[in-house]
Amino acid sequence: MADGRGVLRFDGVQRAAHWLTAILFGILIATAFPLYFASVESLVGRHVLVLRIHVAAGIALPFPVVVSLLGPWGARMRADLGRFNRWSEPELRWLRSLGTRRMPRADKFNPGQKLFAVFVGGSIAVMFGTGVVMAWFDLFPVSWRVGATVVHEVLAWLVSLAILGHIAMVATHPGSMRSMLNGRVSETWARRHCPSWLEDQLGAPGEEEFLKGRAGARRVSWRAAERSHGKPDSSTTNSRSGRSGIPNRSSP
Amino acid sequence: MNVAPGSGNQGGGRVAVGRRVFLGMVGLGAAGVVLGAPVQEAVVRAVGSRLAADLPGGDQFVIYSVTGEFPRIEPESYKLDVSGMVERPLRLSLADLLAMPSVQLVEEFQCVTGWRVPGVRWEGVRLATILDAAGVRSGAGALSFGSYDGLDTESLTLEQARLPDVIVAYRMLGAPITTEHGGPVRLYVAPMFGYKSLKWLSSIEVVRVARPGYWEQNGYPVNAWRDGSTSAAVPPAYRSG
Repeated sequence: MADGRGVLRFDGVQRAAHWLTAILFGILIATAFPLYFASVESLVGRHVLVLRIHVAAGIALPFPVVVSLLGPWGARMRADLGRFNRWSEPELRWLRSLGTRRMPRADKFNPGQKLFAVFVGGSIAVMFGTGVVMAWFDLFPVSWRVGATVVHEVLAWLVSLAILGHIAMVATHPGSMRSMLNGRVSETWARRHCPSWLEDQLGAPGEEEFLKGRAGARRVSWRAAERSHGKPDSSTTNSRSGRSGIPNRSSP
Repeated sequence: MNVAPGSGNQGGGRVAVGRRVFLGMVGLGAAGVVLGAPVQEAVVRAVGSRLAADLPGGDQFVIYSVTGEFPRIEPESYKLDVSGMVERPLRLSLADLLAMPSVQLVEEFQCVTGWRVPGVRWEGVRLATILDAAGVRSGAGALSFGSYDGLDTESLTLEQARLPDVIVAYRMLGAPITTEHGGPVRLYVAPMFGYKSLKWLSSIEVVRVARPGYWEQNGYPVNAWRDGSTSAAVPPAYRSG
């Protein structure tokens, strides 16, 4: 970029959605400890208060993501949702190998990041649904309450482990962390981790305006978003895979 | 590495994997809600209760403490007060309770919110035995229970209290009841959800009508029967809440 500020990876809406979700997950996990472990409950107690905080945070949990996706402010959010959804053949092969294959070259996100994002999204939906059954138990038969409790507990472990892994990855990739704080990555970072995305960003007419956040940028951002995840165009694809011989590295 | 053409293109190909994974998780979650109870039973049967207790989603007690900490009561200094509409108010020590005729129950412990522990062994004195020892006066209709945590309360009608599987328990899981499980002495009301089985039992007061206890005041149903019945055993005071 001419202004030397790097490339925009996450806009303000995305960062707000990420950090609000992170804070809510933090509250949920912190309050889950006394609700689940007897030894912690013996130190904390106040079961009703802890439970109320847990349920309130749980109800709030889907809102940052849903609201940021639905509004006119959510173009970049929706573009990235499309990226999480669509997988190329090499990415699918990586998934089928359960991560033992080498990761294919990333566009904006590598398949590990995509899988994490989708898994957290699915977890939010399932934890919300089972949490509703547990919190408003009198609306549901007892066998459903038992089932919801089992699912809620098992998935709580899995999603907590996934989040731990996410944090561990960030800790070893400071560039990724910075991009979730100030939204930007350096060109060097982008060239190493997502070269084809970088080319798209640099080559897109109107992208300069978008990055500077000028008035009217929304319309441009829509186009830029469509361009960056739209239908594969064989001519650009070929030239790209020919040009960038940079080894791919994963990052959160 | 042999990179297939299109592998690095615009964020992926045509396969909507994300949506499938998301919907798959939602579907699995819904199936787990509906089928989780029998599956959990099968797992417990397969791996044994002791091992299952250490698995997430397995059977284990979830400990509830409504106050800041567990009340710690030495078994030697434990006292249970029986008062109110009785002929002979009692102050029973743990030794007094141990000297009374005991019963053993093996029952599933079921919380109203969903968690449960199958096959829990209980030992104690029938509540009816204690009531007979104190002599309930005519006109009495219910019991109010107090806890050494100073906050939790519960109540039962006299009719419910006299059921054979309602006990004042001093042994649980084959050992004296631990502090976290409400020891040394707690109530165990087998036919009702767990919150009725008040922990750290301190007092039994014989009264005229039942009053909603701590958990009922905090949103739990006044009708605590595990089979969901509103049978004749549930008096009007309970139905109206």
